[in-house]
Amino acid sequence: MDSLHIYQNSYTFIVVFMFVAILLPIVALSAGKLLRPHQPTKEKMTTYESGIEPFQDARVQFNVRYYLFALMFVIFDVETVFLYPWAVAYEQLGIFALIEMLIFIVVLFLGLVYAWKKGVLRWR
Amino acid sequence: MEWMMELLKSPPGLSNLSTFLILTLPVLSIVLGFVTYAILAERKVLGYMQLRYGPNRTGGRFGLLQTVADVLKLLIKEDTRPKEADRPLFILAPVIAFVPSFMVLAVIPYTESVMFANIGVGLLYFIAISGLTTVGMLTAGWASNNKYALMGGMRSAAQMISYEIPLLMALVGVVLFAGSLNLVEIVEQQQYIPYILLQPIGFIIFFIAATAELNRTPFDLPEAESELIAGYHVEYSGFRFAFFMLAEYVYLFAMSALITVLYLGGWNPIIGLGFIPDLVWFGIKFSILVFVFMWVRATLPRIRPDQLMEFGWKVLLPVAMLNIFLSAILKEIFF
Repeated sequence: MDSLHIYQNSYTFIVVFMFVAILLPIVALSAGKLLRPHQPTKEKMTTYESGIEPFQDARVQFNVRYYLFALMFVIFDVETVFLYPWAVAYEQLGIFALIEMLIFIVVLFLGLVYAWKKGVLRWR
Repeated sequence: MEWMMELLKSPPGLSNLSTFLILTLPVLSIVLGFVTYAILAERKVLGYMQLRYGPNRTGGRFGLLQTVADVLKLLIKEDTRPKEADRPLFILAPVIAFVPSFMVLAVIPYTESVMFANIGVGLLYFIAISGLTTVGMLTAGWASNNKYALMGGMRSAAQMISYEIPLLMALVGVVLFAGSLNLVEIVEQQQYIPYILLQPIGFIIFFIAATAELNRTPFDLPEAESELIAGYHVEYSGFRFAFFMLAEYVYLFAMSALITVLYLGGWNPIIGLGFIPDLVWFGIKFSILVFVFMWVRATLPRIRPDQLMEFGWKVLLPVAMLNIFLSAILKEIFF
């Protein structure tokens, strides 16, 4: 029963932390509204570009390499998640699981080498 | 402080909820106090390392009220919002950046009895929630509709993506030795040997990746003031900017506390010095780490984006994989 209560109370605590964290910016920014001046002019509301007249929209197409790195991230992140249950239960699993995981990491590493050779990891 | 454990064990209900709410407020004040003086300490440390004094006017010889004055100034500053910006997202971004930084503090055990949430997957919770801050930065960069801001936001995302994997892989070594994802159990396992001695490579990888996750020099590319002015928060002023700053320093707190818990043995004393209270031990280890983060900032120059990405993928990641191996073999042989 104790562990169930700890479980429930702990997650309640996390929700309370989240609530306080959301409340702080709301309170601070609303209180600030009473204190700070508000006189927007046309010049003040332009986009900052080191002093020159801003031109065009900033939302341009972005380099494809960001996408490639995002794909790599998804692959490796998911595979890292597989390592965690193994690490937690390692004591009970023994030498056989070690060899299995060795093979898994080698396969993972081969994937990295492949991406490396393909030039995905080059940032130019 | 035993009552905190009793509180966690008591049946949940509305009275518990209100107690939790009251308990969270001191945490908030401690964290805000830490941020205030961490900023001052950082400016002082940087100052002395560059052979100058740092702030020494506001609040006596040591500038003790400098940050307080800065915060008050930010509070009464006009809040400008560019016309081109996406209004709802622009307002939301500082909140998205700040909320996870405070949420992660819930799972850190400070001593045997001072802890808030004691959950089984504490470590994964920390890593998962802390990753969300990047969404705030990316949102800020996108919503500002400013070229510098967008570049800063994109860099922030790319950097987080690249350094999260070595970070996670370095942690596998700790999980392997502790056999648990619960942070309390991880500390209890380190009663005699802190994991920094068993996991020196893992510690170094984790420290480097943590510096990158914190966006601190030498990995402060999302802000890079000499090229992107201030990166993703270039359009923010007043208290909205303050929340980005706050999130950054709350993460410094959280990350230093996490490294203390994972590698330096948390509240466990050095053997023979058990008469010093637990909380003091935690504080000493924690402060040393905060100082090291500042030291690193004063020592190293910022690296280039291509060096950043290639270092993450070509050096840290293979070394982290190797570290998992070495840890597993070490554990198989000696434990």
